[in-house]
Amino acid sequence: MTEGGVSQPLVSGKALVKRFGDFEAVRGIDIEVNQGEAFGFLGPNGAGKSSTMRMIACVSPRSDGDLRVLGMDPDIDGPRIRARIGVCPQQDNLDTELTVRENLQVYGRFFGLSRAQVREKAVELMEFAQLSDRANAEVESLSGGMKRRLTIARSLVNDPELLLLDEPTTGLDPQARHLLWDRLFRLKQRGVTLIITTHYMDEAEQLCDRLVVMDGGRIVAEGSPSALISRYSSREVLELRFAPGEQAGHEAKVEGLAERVEVLPDRLLLYTANGEAALEQVTARGVRPVSSLVRRSTLEDVFLRLTGRTLVD
Amino acid sequence: MRVLPPGLYAGQANKVIERSALVTRRHWVIVLSGLLEPVFYLLAIQVGFGVLVGTVIGPAGEPIPYEQFVAPALLGAAAMNGAIFETTYPIYFKLRFNKLYDAMLATPLGPYDVAIGEIGWATVRGSFYSLGFVAVMAAMGVLPSTWALLMVPVAALIAFAFASVGMALATYIQSPTQFDYISLVAIPLFLFSTTFYPLSVYPAELQWAVQLSPLYHGIELLRQCAHGVFDWAMFGHVAVLVGLAAVGVIATSRRIGAMLLR
Repeated sequence: MTEGGVSQPLVSGKALVKRFGDFEAVRGIDIEVNQGEAFGFLGPNGAGKSSTMRMIACVSPRSDGDLRVLGMDPDIDGPRIRARIGVCPQQDNLDTELTVRENLQVYGRFFGLSRAQVREKAVELMEFAQLSDRANAEVESLSGGMKRRLTIARSLVNDPELLLLDEPTTGLDPQARHLLWDRLFRLKQRGVTLIITTHYMDEAEQLCDRLVVMDGGRIVAEGSPSALISRYSSREVLELRFAPGEQAGHEAKVEGLAERVEVLPDRLLLYTANGEAALEQVTARGVRPVSSLVRRSTLEDVFLRLTGRTLVD
Repeated sequence: MRVLPPGLYAGQANKVIERSALVTRRHWVIVLSGLLEPVFYLLAIQVGFGVLVGTVIGPAGEPIPYEQFVAPALLGAAAMNGAIFETTYPIYFKLRFNKLYDAMLATPLGPYDVAIGEIGWATVRGSFYSLGFVAVMAAMGVLPSTWALLMVPVAALIAFAFASVGMALATYIQSPTQFDYISLVAIPLFLFSTTFYPLSVYPAELQWAVQLSPLYHGIELLRQCAHGVFDWAMFGHVAVLVGLAAVGVIATSRRIGAMLLR
């Protein structure tokens, strides 16, 4: 997109590093996020996703490398950048001394909006977050999903061009997650650029146009979810479940039946283009798993391939 | 250490004050009850000490009734205590548990907006109490002159100075038991800053120690205003309080920046 110089990337980082004392949380990453894109950072806890997000949000100075957000340098133009972005942090930090409506209004005032503007904006955002009937409720009385929606609504108070969401649905039940995804999808349709960190591959697949996989402070792969899957995994996966501890013994027996075999504590994963065919051959060799499952490859498999570890453990 | 990067103050401290005012509006009964404190103080002094002590030498060098001597000092002590109370536990809570300042710093606000806003609010609230205190003094007939109205801005300066130091200290507190250290400093300041008896009571070799107390300078200012006695020494007293306020604001902003903008 940038090659023709048509549009400048909204965020660009080169050899970006974040150090805390001796610990290097981000070890020289290159990123580029374009206008209107939903960009994801996928990785386990401690991969450096949140540190990167905080640098982009201009609340954490970079230790090394170069960073431009909305074409500006966070070290110099922090307040001007923050005025045009929205941030939904990993942990809700709503103002517990204020009501739902007041949270939105007061936050809008921090961005320099007039009283009349924030009154109007609060009504609109409560509608968006489906919290209109809780307008005068104390924040503490809200459910986890409601708090999360309010935090996202609050991050939209300044009509941001770029919205940063740090693990937006961690800790929510499936229903609350789907409602949230729906709201984020609407934002994307409106043209808001989204940057999302997550350790849920289904979330990344649902929301992200393009993502980077992070591990140990580095980017280990980059691409669209489908491109990553086709590059690093097979079309299908055959899962063979065994009683814990017995799976390793069967590894030799399935040799040659798949492009690649992963051994997890309670199962074997066989990467193959045709899962059903592989299952027939496995059965023909006399292997009797407790249960079996043929499924499509996911980003989880990509991650396992790249790092040798599972994402959520 | 790098030089102060630009963008630590967005000039929006008033929005932080606005938030505090909104929160306080719901607890207005508590705010009003705070006005009762000076009434209790003044009654205790007038009914008890005033009778026992009689007169003391005032700022002009003439004897004045004891309650006229001690009332301005109590106003100063109340301004100090109120400011410390307002900026220690509440700030600790907002900083460590509520993550309020994290949320603020994600907006254009910078650490100086947070510090000036919170300290400013403690000053506004302290000034409101001071106004009540002076009104009660007038009603009880212990206001020596109309110059005494100048005590309100002086008390505001005392509140500002101690609120800024209180907030700076609050950023270092890691568990509630550590608040006792602040009391450990505040109580001797309250008792020995010429609050209840003049500096001349102390032996000459101890007087310098009393003069180290910022509250002493506040109380001297208040007493001189109350009695309409003005001299050049007042500039020195003001300078001490302004200096303390400046140190507190800078220290608070740096701490908030260092803690939250890592």
